[in-house]
Amino acid sequence: MEKRLRRTALYIPGNNPTMIQNAGIFGADSIVLDLEDAVSIEEKDAARILLRNALRTIDYKNTEVVVRINPLSTPYGHEDLKVIAREKPDAIRLPKCESVEDVQEADKLLTKIEENIELKEGTIKLMPLIESAKGIFNVFEIARASQRVVALNFGAEDYTADIGAERTKEGKELLDIRARILLAARVAGIDALDSVFGDINDEKGLIEETKFIKQLGFNGKSIIHPCQIKPVHQIFTPSEDEIKYAQRVIAAIEEAKAKKSGVIALDGRMIDAPVASRARRILAFAKAAGLISVI
Amino acid sequence: MAINAVGREIPEEIKGVGELNPYQGAFKTVPTGNKMSPNISMQKRGETKVLNSLEEAIKKVGVRNGMTISFHHHLRNGDYVVAMVLDTLSNLGIKNITIAPTALFPAHKSIIKHIKSGVVTAIQGSVNGPIGRIASEGVFDVPVILRSHGGRARAIESGDLPIDVAFIAAPTADIYGNINGVKGPSACGSLGYIVADAMYADKVVAITDNLVDYPVAPISIPQIYVDYVVKVNKIGDPKGIVSGTLEITRDPLRLLIAERAASVIEASGLLRNGFSFQTGAGGISLAVAYHIRKIMKQHSIVGSFGSGGITAYFVRMLEEKLFRVLLDVQSFDIEAVKSLIRNPNHLEMSASFYANPHNKGCAVNNLDIIILGATQIDTDFNVNVNTESDGVLLHGIGGHMDTAAGAKLTIIVTPLLRGRIPIVVDKVITITTPGETIDVLVTERGIAVNPNRKDLLQRLKKTRLPLVNIEDLKKEAEKMTGKPEVPQFENKIIGLVEYRDGTIIDVIRQVRK
Repeated sequence: MEKRLRRTALYIPGNNPTMIQNAGIFGADSIVLDLEDAVSIEEKDAARILLRNALRTIDYKNTEVVVRINPLSTPYGHEDLKVIAREKPDAIRLPKCESVEDVQEADKLLTKIEENIELKEGTIKLMPLIESAKGIFNVFEIARASQRVVALNFGAEDYTADIGAERTKEGKELLDIRARILLAARVAGIDALDSVFGDINDEKGLIEETKFIKQLGFNGKSIIHPCQIKPVHQIFTPSEDEIKYAQRVIAAIEEAKAKKSGVIALDGRMIDAPVASRARRILAFAKAAGLISVI
Repeated sequence: MAINAVGREIPEEIKGVGELNPYQGAFKTVPTGNKMSPNISMQKRGETKVLNSLEEAIKKVGVRNGMTISFHHHLRNGDYVVAMVLDTLSNLGIKNITIAPTALFPAHKSIIKHIKSGVVTAIQGSVNGPIGRIASEGVFDVPVILRSHGGRARAIESGDLPIDVAFIAAPTADIYGNINGVKGPSACGSLGYIVADAMYADKVVAITDNLVDYPVAPISIPQIYVDYVVKVNKIGDPKGIVSGTLEITRDPLRLLIAERAASVIEASGLLRNGFSFQTGAGGISLAVAYHIRKIMKQHSIVGSFGSGGITAYFVRMLEEKLFRVLLDVQSFDIEAVKSLIRNPNHLEMSASFYANPHNKGCAVNNLDIIILGATQIDTDFNVNVNTESDGVLLHGIGGHMDTAAGAKLTIIVTPLLRGRIPIVVDKVITITTPGETIDVLVTERGIAVNPNRKDLLQRLKKTRLPLVNIEDLKKEAEKMTGKPEVPQFENKIIGLVEYRDGTIIDVIRQVRK
């Protein structure tokens, strides 16, 4: 299976029918239909039903469909999971995830539901949202708590509030935290997605932050408005030189395979596994941006 | 009954209107004969044109039962003049008048009482909002005749729409009847829509709240056409006349549609030096202009002209030298009004210059690209802008069918759904603009190209734009909303949609309660 790109994960309020209906048309790699922070307590049940019906009727085509449920520790989380999982979203985003037990609880519930609806076990993925001191403390275990976990998400706003840090646009206060999440994700062999950039009018700020998190190694970012898709995708779009080099790397690998040669070299430099995997990642981004048609 | 070229049943004759010619195709009618000629008149030296009251003017020009009088809508939703004239006619006991406004707006709701009392018994002109609604309820014995801007100028010039008296709301007039729209407390900019009326009506009365000494400058409508001038307190409410500077929409859905429309334009090959462009003031249209401006700047493209209803955005493009000239038939905002005064490359044009198909050449014939909206579009690309999904007549034609016929590339921009109503349907309720003049439909869920435009389809296939079949768009909409119920109609015809060449493209029937 081709690895999914997750450059952008667009939050959509789970209580807004028009936005739910149109969520898939803007070109985000993933949409995150939100039952948690976007929905007030009085509307939790109505939003859940709305979203259930939306998942039954709307075809989001190739977009990855993720639902952010309420934390399993609240009265709504279990009901959310029970109702939503039956509609087979691609993944569940688990907010306020703080421990292995949080993931395992969701995992068990999902296994039961998958059994009930005759869906292959493990089909519905999990994306823990790390947004507290405790979550960061346990992030390595969380990342490896279940086969279902395909990505770690970072929630900077809640995290800074929890830790007592001052939230700045520059984000120095988050540097080591981001690095830690990234490391945990890579150890587990999964994606790492950065927090949202809250000011939709500040495209420059968004671009700077996205460049920075790409440099750190993140796979993408959660976003809060369709206008943030294009700038983020552009940053994750490789340059022409990068693409050309990546294509040559892959061609050299293919050639070596055909010759059954063990050692692969390009321009006098050895191509090892990391170089090959970087080349594949670049070509995947290039393909998503429409710059090449096949990898 | 005859079936016209777009498959609609058109009666051979309608009482009070006469014989009808069914629509044959967008460019099929070849006009013959001579133009209409108004009365010859004279003005002796020393005679004054300024009268003391509207009542005096009405008596002087001799408005009688059964006559046709006309108005313009450059004061839009701020206009006081239509109501003022009809109130006076009513006081004088005059009945059975046909009004031929270029358009009526919600602000004209107060004239409903004159319709109910028989002062006004017929309308030839665009009806927006409440007047359209009562027409749909069957209040008139004679159907409303809807014409486009170009079609109306043609009808006046050809004699299809003879006007006895034109009452011209004049933001500024001098004492000898020279008029402009750019000065005075009720400035509205261009007076393009009323030029044909001034030239061809038997009598012309200017009504102004800014009477100035002779001669005024500039002159839009010259003294040679104007019989009398009446000074009143106020001809309109500035708040309803010009809007503030219109903002580009922030709605991501509309922005997406606009961006795609701009990409279609870019791929069409028409966006090059000398490029001409028209778009409305609506949210999506303005956002298309935003993208076009960006592309033009990026590639140093200088267009020949921007046209139609002019907004601050087009003024900015003129000042940035992205267009050499603006052709302004209607000025939407205060920036457009100011620019018309100061910029010699911002030209006022008449409706006939703009869009009349039966003169020696109109501006739309030189238009490369037009961006238009739709209340409905069907799988044959026919567009409805007149009736809503419930069948009620709520909108005029504007320049829709004119620009669609003239432009090299006609793009319809619309969300696939409005509220819960699909916009792409099997058959539009009313055909305003024939599908043969529509090239592309751009929605948030895909771009459909008219199959007649194979050349364009080939070009667009080379892009990454999401091309779809229009039938598939319809199915996609119906998958989300279900198939919409079709409104039910009585037999009575309440409106005729006249194509710009004078043939009838569709009829509008009374809505069944």
